[in-house]
Amino acid sequence: MPIDWFTVAAQVVNFLILVWLLKRFLYKPILKAVDAREARIAKERADADAIRTAAEAARADLRKKTEAFDQDRAERLQKVAAEAAGERQRLLAEAQAAADTLTARRARALQTEAEGLSQALTRRAQDEVFAIAGKALTDLADVSLQDRVCAVFLQRLTELEAGAKTALTEAARAGDAAILVRSAFDLTGPQQAALQSALQEALSTKAALTFEVAPDLVSGIELGVGGQKLAWNIAAYLSGLAAQVEEVIKARDRPDAEAVPQIRKAAGA
Amino acid sequence: MRLSPDQMIFWQSGFARLNGTIVFTWVLMAVLVVVSTLITRRLSTGMMRSRWQNLLEILVTGIEAQIAEVGLKHPQTYVGFIGTLFLFVATSALSSVVPGFEPPTASLSTTVALALSVFVAVPFYGIAERGVGGYLKSYLEPTVIMLPFNIISDLSRTLALAVRLFGNMMSGSMILGILLTITPFVFPIALSVLGLLTGMVQAYIFSILATVYIASATRVQDPPTTP
Repeated sequence: MPIDWFTVAAQVVNFLILVWLLKRFLYKPILKAVDAREARIAKERADADAIRTAAEAARADLRKKTEAFDQDRAERLQKVAAEAAGERQRLLAEAQAAADTLTARRARALQTEAEGLSQALTRRAQDEVFAIAGKALTDLADVSLQDRVCAVFLQRLTELEAGAKTALTEAARAGDAAILVRSAFDLTGPQQAALQSALQEALSTKAALTFEVAPDLVSGIELGVGGQKLAWNIAAYLSGLAAQVEEVIKARDRPDAEAVPQIRKAAGA
Repeated sequence: MRLSPDQMIFWQSGFARLNGTIVFTWVLMAVLVVVSTLITRRLSTGMMRSRWQNLLEILVTGIEAQIAEVGLKHPQTYVGFIGTLFLFVATSALSSVVPGFEPPTASLSTTVALALSVFVAVPFYGIAERGVGGYLKSYLEPTVIMLPFNIISDLSRTLALAVRLFGNMMSGSMILGILLTITPFVFPIALSVLGLLTGMVQAYIFSILATVYIASATRVQDPPTTP
């Protein structure tokens, strides 16, 4: 088969023209579009990566903040709970103290009131008893009683212990003052003379006696020399009795005072 | 019986004549360019694109991948030449199903022209890549004695390219014509389908061989490593 060289040349030219045309209208636009798409996809992926990184950072940040917030909240709750417990204790202690104070005050008030009442009653009874006794003795007092009083006084003077007698004697000798004899009633002449002789003999002194009437003695005689004193009278007995009555009342009131701590314990529970 | 579209003369003036081969080639060129222009006029760079654009993208990137697979470093440089070879030969083979249309590749003139284009393109790309000295030196490898054999190899492979394509394409048309006179019914259709397959295979073979030749001319041999 012969080769038509004109056709060959024409086909070569045609082929080269086709190459140029297809390059211009096919390959370049298509490859360009593909490259543009790939670039776009790469950019979108990079953007997505950046967004994901940012999101992860934000998530980590948020998680950190949440944890910090939770921790802070727990600490605050704990602190508040501790403060509340402390406040409760404090309020309880205050209430306890106030209750104790009130209880003690009330107990004291009750005690004071009871004591006051008891004292008033005691004093009243004592006064009444002593008034009755004093009145009875006063009514009974007369010259014969006076004589008995003098006799008893003189007997006591003679039976005085050696130490007391010495002290009285020294007082009578040392002091130049007169010896004072107080009695509930005026002493009669013989009674005064008997007393004077008995005292001068007992105390070995010549000092004069001064007589004084003292109704508060109820009945009896009191001898005062310097700082020393010798007495026998009904008032002294009454005073001793009053002291004993006082002791008895105090002993009876003591259990009431001991009840206060028991009340305090009951309030603390 | 007409063996080649060369014999179909439309116009003649002395040496120059307008035969069927040239005219059918122009028709194919027009179809290729018009279709390409229509599709690439509105290209989308986004994720949504038309089916035609998809088809062309698959085609072009496929050619590019094939070139890269053979071993050429910058496939985009060669995609114009090799891709056009493939598309021209393939559309020629496809056009054989059109009644009255003669594929231009069934003419020896066309295949010789394509083979000559490859024959010129190989040193063109070789010199562009390695320089004149480097390219000419490849003829002396591995020894000077191989110079004549290398030259014969170049010429013979060009001839082989031309004759192989021509023979396959012409035979397809020829067998179809003969069979139509013998068994005018179903059998020619089956052979026509077979001819389409053969045409596709030939297009692939032609372009891949051209790629291999260009690759062998442009490859810079690594210096031997001393142990």
